Amino acid sequence: MELYIHIPFCMKKCDYCDFLSAPYDLDVRRAYTKALCREIAFFGKKLAGERIETIFIGGGTPSWLETELLDAVMQTVHASFAVEKEAEISMECNPGTVSAAAFASYRRWGLNRLSIGLQSANDDELALLGRIHNFDRFLRTYENARKAGIYNINIDIMTGLPGQTPQKLYFTLQQVIGLRPEHISAYALMIEKGTPFYERYKFDAVRQHAGMATEELPDDDTAYQLTKLTEQVLKEHGFLRYEISNFAKDGLVCRHNVGYWTRVPYLGVGLGAASLLGHTRYANERDMDSYLYQCSLLSEDGSGESPVWAGVDELSRKDEVAEYMYLGLRMTDGISRVGFEQTFGQSIDTYYKETMEQLRNEGMLSLDGGRVRLTEQGMDLSNRVLAEFLLD
Amino acid sequence: MDQSHIRNFCIIAHIDHGKSTLADRIIEMTGLLTEREMQAQVLDNMELERERGITIKSQAVRLIYQAKDGGEYVLNLIDTPGHVDFNYEVSRALAACDGAVLIVDAAQGIEAQTLANVYLAIDHDLEVLPVINKIDLPSADPDRVADEIENVIGIEAMDAPRISAKTGENVGEVLEQIITKLPAPAGDVDAPLSALIFDSLYDSYRGVIVFCRVRDGRLRAGDEVLMMATGAKFEVVEVGYFGAGQFIACEELAAGMVGYMTASIKNVRDTQVGDTITHAKEPVSEPLPGYKKVNPMVYCGLYPADGAKYPDLKDALEKLQLNDAALQYEPETSVALGFGFRCGFLGLLHLDVIQERLEREYQLDLVTTAPGVVYRVYKTDGSMLELTNPSNLPDPSEIEYMEEPVVDAEIMVTSDFIGAIMDLCQERRGRYVLMEYMEETRALLKYVLPLNEIIYDFFDALKSRSRGYASFDYELSGYERSELVKLDILINKEPVDALSFIVFKDTAYDRGRKMCEKLKKEIPRHLFEIPIQAAIGSKVIARETVKAVRKDVLAKCYGGDITRKKKLLEKQKEGKKRMRQVGNVDIPQEAFMSVLKLDES
Repeated sequence: MELYIHIPFCMKKCDYCDFLSAPYDLDVRRAYTKALCREIAFFGKKLAGERIETIFIGGGTPSWLETELLDAVMQTVHASFAVEKEAEISMECNPGTVSAAAFASYRRWGLNRLSIGLQSANDDELALLGRIHNFDRFLRTYENARKAGIYNINIDIMTGLPGQTPQKLYFTLQQVIGLRPEHISAYALMIEKGTPFYERYKFDAVRQHAGMATEELPDDDTAYQLTKLTEQVLKEHGFLRYEISNFAKDGLVCRHNVGYWTRVPYLGVGLGAASLLGHTRYANERDMDSYLYQCSLLSEDGSGESPVWAGVDELSRKDEVAEYMYLGLRMTDGISRVGFEQTFGQSIDTYYKETMEQLRNEGMLSLDGGRVRLTEQGMDLSNRVLAEFLLD
Repeated sequence: MDQSHIRNFCIIAHIDHGKSTLADRIIEMTGLLTEREMQAQVLDNMELERERGITIKSQAVRLIYQAKDGGEYVLNLIDTPGHVDFNYEVSRALAACDGAVLIVDAAQGIEAQTLANVYLAIDHDLEVLPVINKIDLPSADPDRVADEIENVIGIEAMDAPRISAKTGENVGEVLEQIITKLPAPAGDVDAPLSALIFDSLYDSYRGVIVFCRVRDGRLRAGDEVLMMATGAKFEVVEVGYFGAGQFIACEELAAGMVGYMTASIKNVRDTQVGDTITHAKEPVSEPLPGYKKVNPMVYCGLYPADGAKYPDLKDALEKLQLNDAALQYEPETSVALGFGFRCGFLGLLHLDVIQERLEREYQLDLVTTAPGVVYRVYKTDGSMLELTNPSNLPDPSEIEYMEEPVVDAEIMVTSDFIGAIMDLCQERRGRYVLMEYMEETRALLKYVLPLNEIIYDFFDALKSRSRGYASFDYELSGYERSELVKLDILINKEPVDALSFIVFKDTAYDRGRKMCEKLKKEIPRHLFEIPIQAAIGSKVIARETVKAVRKDVLAKCYGGDITRKKKLLEKQKEGKKRMRQVGNVDIPQEAFMSVLKLDES
């Protein structure tokens, strides 16, 4: 089983961010930590016997949470669950929110993989995104992490930023590659409702989507070039693209995320966290006060009634089949016919024979060697292709 | 009740001059409603009407008024629509009245629809009582407006009540003048029954509820009645009058009264608005004037978005037609859209209203094709074809010539914008008739305009070019010979029948170009390039290209929140489902309406 821990705090919300996160006061951060520990303890009892293979601490900016509070959370995790010796323990951090001393502290509870949100090596782009750091601060954070003995580091970068040219992106790529990280995630900027970016760029985003000339966002052709440039440069430097937006060296993929795509069961704890347990997907309460109240009903050692889920989605067989496909196909290895049959006891053709053949004829899918994979074009157009695997 | 204590009247006004507000005040002051029952606008009780701020369907309400002379009067207020599309509905509502209250805005003065409505009222021999409204506005100039009413319309207006329907000021005077200046009905209670149907409503429990005005005689439950135009016979189940928002049964409707009857009428076609009700055993020899078959001016195709809903659409149209004699429809098929109906409407607003009612009240998802007018095609073999669907245009070799409908248009505009409005009329192929100054700063322009040029967006253009200072009314005047061609649209080289339209030859190029541009925006990008072409016959006159899409990725897969990703994929799939496939291109339903909005960009 995997464990996801959500830390919904950040020093300042970035202008494009629509994640469940905000700069809460210290007393909320304290109360949240307490609530989170109770929730973890509760599930530790409830899921006794489950072994934890990976842990991912996401946010928000988990590294912005006070070190002693994060320590308390992780102590509770270790006290409540059997965490495997070789478990991947990942955490997100943002440059400028974490000191050398903090890294040492994280190492004590087992942190062995770090994901740093850089986004760009150009300070003007960082300012535009509303990030709290510049490139120089990132370099210091990176160095501190390495010094603390973290040998598996991911760097997040973004393509499709307003005003981004291939030259600027190439500069970012060069800088990042030069640092020799083990993993790079390259996401295309999404203009999400409810963010300052949405207000700023909503019309441009529509224009971009329609293939028309844009004002500040790169036009559709440029955005496409930017992603192609990223893929090409990373490939040349030995980063293997193992998922639509993820690149790794020497097989150092993010095991936790691969778990999501291969439907490994996972428990998500914290505000708004999602879980996949058995044949059901759960979602936690997204409102802070309600979350704190619910957890306050549990005792400190985790005994008590089950918290009320904000979302419970019992998956039908068809749901599971569709998920298996549209999650599995995000990975460049795709899925294997045998794997499908072992999971569902039926041939993949029972569900998707025509769909797959049509998509193959359109050049979106490869069906060779007993595997089903997206082609490079299929990866470029994954939304369209994956939507075809939904079952009515 | 003695007929001398009945007044049947309507309120007529240009749009926004305060008709509904005055109706509300009158209803309040006659005390039939408690404050609590009083909604903002009682008469406009259709959801749609409230949202648009216009009155579409005429309705009636019976009010009790204690006049200053000590008598108790029954006032039947019959509401009328104000929009030019609904002239026929105004007309039949007027036919049920003896007098009309004319509202004129104290700031704006007489507008085009004021004139049109007054002429209609005078045509129906109604006594017209002018009322000057909105005296609370800072820009109100009631003296000038009173002059204008006398000079332009030619009715006495010095005693006209000067009111604010909004604040209620002087509304009492309107009620008094309704009693003193409008005539009482003058029917013969003992003569054979004749009653005019001015509206109707379908109720799933009671069948058709017929709204009528009794001219002569008496109508009671149990009577056997004959509908003179349709020949249908029924036994009356109930008669009654209109309370505030409810039907109140009574013993009889006698000459002069306004009310309703039910007779378990199931077939919606048996009770046509404008028809005369009489007794089957003792019928009158002549029906009342007022029934005229209205001819739709604008046609378009209506198709269910989901082909399986075709019977539901048919059923809904049938029900709507009951309340709306002007709505016509007949089945048609389209290669692109499947089975649907070619429907006729009074105008574009009427089309809009019907479309929205189908969508809201009947939960139908519709695809509408470009509206067009009825063309006359004179063929070489000497026959004439009335063309309502562009797809049916004969081969050019069989056509001798074509005619299109034209309207007499009256536009009132302040002098600053005369130039701009004349330019607009010129662009729309208008033929100048005359210009008259109503007063120093306002003029009445008369043009003959092809109907085809005003059905789409003329109102909008008029408003924007006059900054809202122009008003407009028109009447169909006949047919004129014209150089017309059929413009076809080809998407990925395939002609799309539902997108064809008839257009004036000289504007074909421009229309074709705009249409291609518009469709380029509406049609989503596919995996391949899609040419969009406009053609006359085999000659392509405009072309655009929808670029192929190369990238469509949702990058972030975050914290295991799969639900969000799934929703996005579902939306994508749903979006595709809602499109129409022509060849291998998916066309969104909105694209079929896009010709409507050609001048917006």
